[in-house]
Amino acid sequence: MSAPLIELETVEKDYGEVLALAGVSAEIAAGEFFSLLGPSGCGKTTLLRTIAGFEDPTGGRVRIDGRDMEGVPANSRPTNMVFQSYAIFPHLSVGQNVGFGLRRKGLTKTEMARQVGEALEMVGLGGYEARASHALSGGQRQRVALARALIMKPKVLLLDEPLSALDKKLREQMQVELRKLQRQVGITFILVTHDQEEALIMSDRIAVMFDGQIAQLDSPQALYRRPVSRRVAEFIGVMNFIEAEVTAETGDRLTVDVAGLGAVDLSAEQCPGGGGGRGAAVGIRPETMTLLIDGETRSGRITEGSVEEVVYYGDMTYYDIRLDGVPAPVTISMRNLPGRAVLERGARARVAWDASAMVLFR
Amino acid sequence: MKRSGWLGIYAVAYLVFLYAPVVLLPLFAFNDATIIAFPLSGFTTEWFAQLATIEALHDSVINSLYIAVSTAILATCFGVFAARASSRYDFPAKRGIMGFIMIPLVLPEIIIAVALLVVLLQLGIALSAWTVILGHVLLCTPFSIAILNSAFLAMDRSLEEAAYDLGETRWSAFRLITLPLVMPGIVSSLLISFTISLDEFIIAFFLTGNEPTLPVYLWSQLRFPQKIPVVMALGTILLAASLILLTTAEYFRRRGVARTGAKDTGGFL
Ligand SMILES: Nc1ncnc2c1ncn2[C@@H]1O[C@H](COP(=O)(O)OP(=O)(O)OP(=O)(O)O)[C@@H](O)[C@H]1O
Ligand SMILES: [Mg+2]
Repeated sequence: MSAPLIELETVEKDYGEVLALAGVSAEIAAGEFFSLLGPSGCGKTTLLRTIAGFEDPTGGRVRIDGRDMEGVPANSRPTNMVFQSYAIFPHLSVGQNVGFGLRRKGLTKTEMARQVGEALEMVGLGGYEARASHALSGGQRQRVALARALIMKPKVLLLDEPLSALDKKLREQMQVELRKLQRQVGITFILVTHDQEEALIMSDRIAVMFDGQIAQLDSPQALYRRPVSRRVAEFIGVMNFIEAEVTAETGDRLTVDVAGLGAVDLSAEQCPGGGGGRGAAVGIRPETMTLLIDGETRSGRITEGSVEEVVYYGDMTYYDIRLDGVPAPVTISMRNLPGRAVLERGARARVAWDASAMVLFR
Repeated sequence: MKRSGWLGIYAVAYLVFLYAPVVLLPLFAFNDATIIAFPLSGFTTEWFAQLATIEALHDSVINSLYIAVSTAILATCFGVFAARASSRYDFPAKRGIMGFIMIPLVLPEIIIAVALLVVLLQLGIALSAWTVILGHVLLCTPFSIAILNSAFLAMDRSLEEAAYDLGETRWSAFRLITLPLVMPGIVSSLLISFTISLDEFIIAFFLTGNEPTLPVYLWSQLRFPQKIPVVMALGTILLAASLILLTTAEYFRRRGVARTGAKDTGGFL
């Protein structure tokens, strides 16, 4: 990998009583779609605004393109921001909004008009120049905000929850569009979101943040399959946790006694968080277990139990199943394929599972 | 139904009480008699003609306009500074400081007037139009802050940040984005300060030197009964002028609201 475009070196931000950023380090490559994901108040916006230059870090260093950003104000950084509220200037037309940042570039009128037209074309609003900006819909405002930032050709585009104000349908559509746009322009995007699904769909890499720190920085797949802690695992999707105990450790193999399920053999890779404790828990995702209906068979391990709750979603059914010997009920999701019955509450169930889908937290 | 009938009568009585004296003003201004009483005796424009000949009156009008315009501009400038600071930044003892600035809003004017007079005399500063302006600015700034504070608070603060992010300086971002968006508030503040200053009596009475303002001059003329119709004529002109002023202001405010698509929060009218 070439030199990273953005280097964060133990960045800290202290708001007097609140430590909003407690030493964040990360490197973000040019052309990457990078997401900051975390619950409310974990410091995502603060980190984004620190990169943009709106906040001065109280410790650590921010480098963009090899250059230390200390003392460089927001208006001269190679970054541009799409605000959560979009911040469309209501007294200016769409064209004036999009061309706002070109005012100081000494372009001719025709050149400016050409660039504005191009930028609007790119976000699918070709010909909207003369529209009044206060009469736009939420999705259109979002596009204008994007065009206004992209016309500056920044090295980094910063987006603070840009989709949270849109309704579900439009949000899903914009997720795909935004991703396409990013590939097309090749600019580094840093997206702040608290929606794990959105982060998984759009990003090359995701930094999961808790309490002002990055808990895990990984690709969407690695994050979902190999979360380093129970907290990360719970934040990304659904995971069942079952009490377990490490009974033997040889080389990179671990023997773990899982409550109710018996001894399983795990590789060291399945314990991404590391640690050496004996008391532990294993995590297993709902879709990696299979509910066997009627006489179905499966290779691998099978455990019996009873159905406690059934939630029918149309394409999927979620079951809460109390497996014999397992202290808490586990959630299992099944696709509703044609011909597959949906079990009733109280029915006996057989569940097939595989130790290779487990993650160990110790 | 019955209740709304009574409320209707109440509303009409209220309006009559409020506006009847105002209607009497032009009525007697054109009445051909020095005594203010019915029946009206005839039509005349003599009182208006007389107005044109009274030099002292002209001086007082010019004086008042000068004071009102200066007050409006100064109070609105202070209002912009204070409202922006209090709506954007957190600083120590913010509530205390803002509360302190707003005190003249509830303080009896006579106290402000006497206190200022004593201080000015102690400092050996001669009374003039500027001492009146000083008192009026003190009185009008809280109104200006109250109006502008809501204008600043209604504005999304990321608008200015967005302009800054797009390469503008702090000042040009303020000038290009914030100023146009709070302009309706600024116009309101100018008008209100102007109006308050124009008809303010107590402070002007105490702090004016030998150049009386219009209200002070009018008060001095009320001692001469034969001059009352002239005062009525003057009142009529002031009434017409303020109606035109307010209508224009409201027109510009509505146009501003329509242009930015902001929700119409009623303005001050
Ligand atoms: N200007 C400020 N002054 C004091 N504390 C602040 C300030 N801005 C943020 N904080 C605090 O810093 C912490 C992180 O805030 P931040 O806005 O970065 O969170 P976030 O992850 O963006 O949350 P959300 O998802 O709610 O937007 C919070 O505890 C917040 O209260
Ligand atoms: Mg935030």
